[in-house]
Amino acid sequence: MYAFTYHRPATARQAAGLLAKKEDAKLLAGGHTLLPTMKQRLASPTHLVDLGGCADLKGIERKGRNVVIGAMTTHAEVAESAVVQEAIPALASLAAHIGDPHVRHRGTIGGSVANNDPAADYPAALMALGATIVTSKRKLTAAEFFTGLYETALEEGEIVVRISFPLVSKAGYAKFRNPASRYALVGVFVAKRGSEISVAVTGAGEGGVFRWPEAETALKARFAAKSLDGIKHTAKGINADMHADADYRAHLIGVMAREAVARATGK
Amino acid sequence: MSATGIGAAVRRKEDHRFITGQGRYTDDISRPGQAYAYFLRSPHAHATLNRIDAKAAAKMPGVLGIYTGEDLAADKIGGLICGWMIHNKDGSPMRAGPHPALAQGKVRYVGDHVAVVVAETLAQARDAAEAISVDYGVLPAVVDTASAATSKTQVHAESADNTVYNWHLGDKAATEKAFKAAKHVTKLDLVNNRLVPNPMEPRAAVGDYDQGEGAFTLYTTSQNPHVARLVLSAFIGIAPENKLRVVAPDVGGGFGSKIFIYAEETVCVWAAKKVGRPVKWTSDRTEAFLSDAHGRDHVTHAELATDADGKIIGMRVKTTANLGAYLSTFSSSVPTYLYAPLLSGQYDIPAIYCEVDAVYTNTAPVDAYRGAGRPEATFVVERLVEIAARELGKDPAKFRMQNYIKKFPHQTPVIMMYDTGNYAASMKKALEIIDYKGFAKRKRDSARNGKLRGIGFSSYIEACGIAPSAAVGSLGAGVGLWESAEVRVNPVGTVEVLTGSHSHGQGHETTFAQLVSDRLGIPIENVSIVHGDTDKVQMGMGTYGSRSGAVGMSAIAKAVDKVIAKGKKVAAYVLEADEADIDFKDGNFRVKGTDKTLDFGSCALQAYIAHKFNGQDLEPGLKEGAFYDPTNFTFPAGVHICEVEIDPDTGITKIERWAAVDDFGIVINPMIVEGQVHGGIAQGVGQALLEGARYNQDGQLVTASFMDYCMPRADDLPSFDVGMTVTPCPSNPLGIKGCGEAGAIASPPAVINAITDALGHEEVTMPATPQVVWRAAQKSIKRMAAE
Repeated sequence: MYAFTYHRPATARQAAGLLAKKEDAKLLAGGHTLLPTMKQRLASPTHLVDLGGCADLKGIERKGRNVVIGAMTTHAEVAESAVVQEAIPALASLAAHIGDPHVRHRGTIGGSVANNDPAADYPAALMALGATIVTSKRKLTAAEFFTGLYETALEEGEIVVRISFPLVSKAGYAKFRNPASRYALVGVFVAKRGSEISVAVTGAGEGGVFRWPEAETALKARFAAKSLDGIKHTAKGINADMHADADYRAHLIGVMAREAVARATGK
Repeated sequence: MSATGIGAAVRRKEDHRFITGQGRYTDDISRPGQAYAYFLRSPHAHATLNRIDAKAAAKMPGVLGIYTGEDLAADKIGGLICGWMIHNKDGSPMRAGPHPALAQGKVRYVGDHVAVVVAETLAQARDAAEAISVDYGVLPAVVDTASAATSKTQVHAESADNTVYNWHLGDKAATEKAFKAAKHVTKLDLVNNRLVPNPMEPRAAVGDYDQGEGAFTLYTTSQNPHVARLVLSAFIGIAPENKLRVVAPDVGGGFGSKIFIYAEETVCVWAAKKVGRPVKWTSDRTEAFLSDAHGRDHVTHAELATDADGKIIGMRVKTTANLGAYLSTFSSSVPTYLYAPLLSGQYDIPAIYCEVDAVYTNTAPVDAYRGAGRPEATFVVERLVEIAARELGKDPAKFRMQNYIKKFPHQTPVIMMYDTGNYAASMKKALEIIDYKGFAKRKRDSARNGKLRGIGFSSYIEACGIAPSAAVGSLGAGVGLWESAEVRVNPVGTVEVLTGSHSHGQGHETTFAQLVSDRLGIPIENVSIVHGDTDKVQMGMGTYGSRSGAVGMSAIAKAVDKVIAKGKKVAAYVLEADEADIDFKDGNFRVKGTDKTLDFGSCALQAYIAHKFNGQDLEPGLKEGAFYDPTNFTFPAGVHICEVEIDPDTGITKIERWAAVDDFGIVINPMIVEGQVHGGIAQGVGQALLEGARYNQDGQLVTASFMDYCMPRADDLPSFDVGMTVTPCPSNPLGIKGCGEAGAIASPPAVINAITDALGHEEVTMPATPQVVWRAAQKSIKRMAAE
C-alpha cells in the first residue's frame, strides 16, 4: 500500500465536497475490493474518503410501495432487516449469501453497486426489481446505471446515496458460485410484478448484468420453473474463464433461472 | 492404559498456546534494530538479465542495501542444492543446472529472485524495489510438462532437451514377458495435477549477525532446522556450523513445502552481516503462490496385465515429472524413489517396470508435498485396478481382495520389502462402515431424484518411517535419515526431551510427552518437548514423510531406556542392593521381592547430589542421548471408500459418505491420528475436486490467489467415518507406522473412482470441477441414451 490521506466526513454532502476538492480521491464504502487492490499496489489514491461516518447514508425504511436502503448499509444489515425480510425476502436472502461473514459486515450495498463487479449479486437484484439509484445529483434506473464491466453512469464526484426498491409480488435469486472465490459464476434474479416479469443475470455477461428477454416471455405465459424447460441461453456474449467456459455458463443461466423461479414460487 | 499414556486421546498440550494467540511464529520474532527485506521478483517466466540499475533506488529513503546475484557470488555464497543424486538409465548422473539464491544472468520462472532491497521499513524496501530498473531480454517459456523435452527453448544450458534425468526401476524383460502372456491389458493415461501447498503460515525468515561473536542466527519457517543449518553451512557457505544457529520456532503448517532451503532465508541471514542489522522477510500470499515449491505435476501412461483368472501379472508405467525451473532440495527423489517403489500397492504383482523422465520448465520448483510421490503412485495403481475390475466385469472390492498380498514379509519387484499388514481386514471393515450392501438402493434413490451416485475405492500403501540410512544412501541420498533424542532429567524428576523432529502442527508436544510419561511413570505435565533450535538440540533430521513417530519417537524410547538403566544403577547404590535386583515400574525403582523403593524424582535427585556413589564407577547426573536409525521403511496401509452424488445439471459433486480404515500400527494418540486422517483427506479431496495450479503459455501463474486457486473448505467435505485396524510394525521398538500422509495419499483415487463410477465410466481429470464433471456427465448421458 502506498501512503494516502484519510478523510472521514460526517455527511454525504461533506463527502461530495471532499471528492470534488481533492485530486485523485477515492470513496471507501466498505473497502472489500478497494483495500486489497491498494495493498497489492494496484490502486494508489492520494485521498481516501471513508463514507463510514456518514449517518445520512445508512438505514433501511419502508416508504409506501418501496423499500429504501441507504448506500452505506451493510449486507448483514440488509440480510437481517425485518423490513426487507417482510417486503422483499429474496433481497434479504441474496444479501445473506454474499461472500462470508466478514464481507457481509463490512461490505455495503452502495459500494457493491458503484463498483459494478460483473460477478456481484446486487446488480441482478437491482435490475430485476426495477430499482432506482438515488445519487448526490440525480435518480437513475438500474438499466441506466449499470453501463459495463466495473462501469456505471456515475460521474466525477457523484455519490450513490440510496437505492429504492419497488415492491414485487414474487421474487427469487439463485446463484452458482465460483468454487474458488465464491462470487457468482452465474446468478439469476427473477421478479414478478403483476404481469410484468423480469429476469436479470449476473456473473455471466461480457458486459456485466443483463436481462434475458426469452425467459421473461416464457414466464409471462406461466410463472413456473417448468415454463423455462427447453429454453437455452446462447453462449454468445457470455464470459469464459478457467472456471467456466461460455457453453457451461450459458447452460447454468438456464439452471439458475429455473431454480430462482422455483424459489420465487416457493417450490 | 493410563489417562495420558500410549493409546489415550490426550488433548493437545500445545493448543492452549495456539488458540489463545500465544504461539510464537517466525514473523512474531523481532530483533532490536531490525530492518526489512523485499525481493524484486521476475515478472517474466524466462529472460536474460541484461542490466540491473539500482543507482536511483539505492538513494531512496531508508534503503540500507540492494544486492543481486553478483554480490552473492563476490562473497562466494554458493547456490541452493539438490541433496539427492539420481542416475540416468545409462548410469550417468542427472543434469543439474545452477540454482543461485539471487539470479545470475537469467531468470527462469515468474517469481524468480532478481534482487533484494533491505530498508528501514518494508514499505521503503518495496518502494526502492520498484525504482530498480531491469533490462530483461524476454525469451519464450517452456511450461507444458508433456512437451518440455521437445521444446526448442532450453531452460538450463546443462540440459539440451530440458531433461533432468531418464530413470527407470524394475525388470523390463520380465514385465514385457508378463504382458505378452496377459489375457487382458488395461491402459490408462492420466495427469496428476500440480498443487500449491498453501500452509496457513507463509514462509518467513529473520537473519541476525553478532559482530562480537562473528556468529549468525537464522529464525526460519522450517520443518528441519538442522538440515537447513547443514546446507547453509556446508554447501552454501554462510558460516561454519558452530557459527550458525538456526531456529524454527512455532511453524504453522508445512506439508513438505518447509523442508527445503530457499533463496529468501539464505539471503536474509547473509544480508544481516552485509547491512550490520537483523533482516526480516515475511512472504505475502502472492509470493507464497509464486515461490513456495509446488507439488505433484505428473503426466503418466500406465498399463496393467491380468491373466485369465483376473490375477494381476504385470504393470508398466511411463511418467514425465515436471521439476520446475530449478532442482529444489529433495525434488529429484520425489518422482523416483518415493514414487516407483510404491507401484506394487497392496497387490501381489510379479513384474513391474517404471520409467520416469524428469523435466525442467519455466515454472516454480516442484518438490515434496504431503505424500510426496506416494499419492502419485497410489493414483496410478488405484485408478488402474479400478478400471481393470470394470473391464473384467468384476466387483472392484473383490478384485482387489483377490489380488492383495496375503503373506508377509513380501518382497515387491520394486525395492520394497513389506513387513506386515492385513489388507483384507481393512477392506472388510471399510465395506461394513460404508454399508456397501445398501449402495445399490442408494443409487436407485438418487436416480429417482435425477442424481447420479457412484462409489470409489482406494487401497493405498505408503512407505513411511523415512528411512534406513544405508538404504537411502545406496539410492543416492546425500544424508542419513536417522533421528536423535536426548532426555534430560532435572534434579526433581521433571524431564526435558530434546528431539531432532520438528512439530509444525503434528502435536509432538503431546504425543512425545505421552510416550515419555508412560515409560517413566511420571505425570505428563512433568515432560517438556524441546525442538526446533540447533543451539538446544545437537542434530536431527526433521519432520516429513510421516517419520517422527516411527523414527523420532523410537530415538526417544531408546534414550528413555538408557535413563532407566542408569536410574537402576543409582537406585542400587541408594537402596543398597545389587543393580540386577532393581526393577523399574510405574515410576518406582524397587528391590525385587522387597518393599524397598525409590521413586523416579528421588532417584533423579540422588543422581545429581551423588552422595551415595562418589568414587564409584558411576557418573553423577541423569541425562541420556540416543540416535535411532531404522532398519526398514514402515508400511501404513488401508482402504478408503468414497461415495458421491452428482447433479448432472450443474456438475456439482457432493461427497455423501467416506469410510477410512487405516492400519497405522500402534497408535499413541487416537484423537491426533484421526485429525491427521481428516486433514489428509481434506487435502486429497482438494486435489481431486478443487485445486490445480495453472500456468498460461507465457509462464504466468494464473491461479496465483485464492480467488482462482480453490482450497477445500469445511462445506466441501463430508463427515468422515474413520476406523482402524492394527498390525504392529515389527521393525521399530514402538510398533508405529506413521499416519501423517495417509489421507492425502488414499483420497484422490477414491474420489475419482467414485465420480467415474457415477458417470458410467466416463473419465474425468483432476481437479474434477463442476465444469469438468458436467461435461463428462453430458457425454455419459448421451452415450447411455445411444446404447
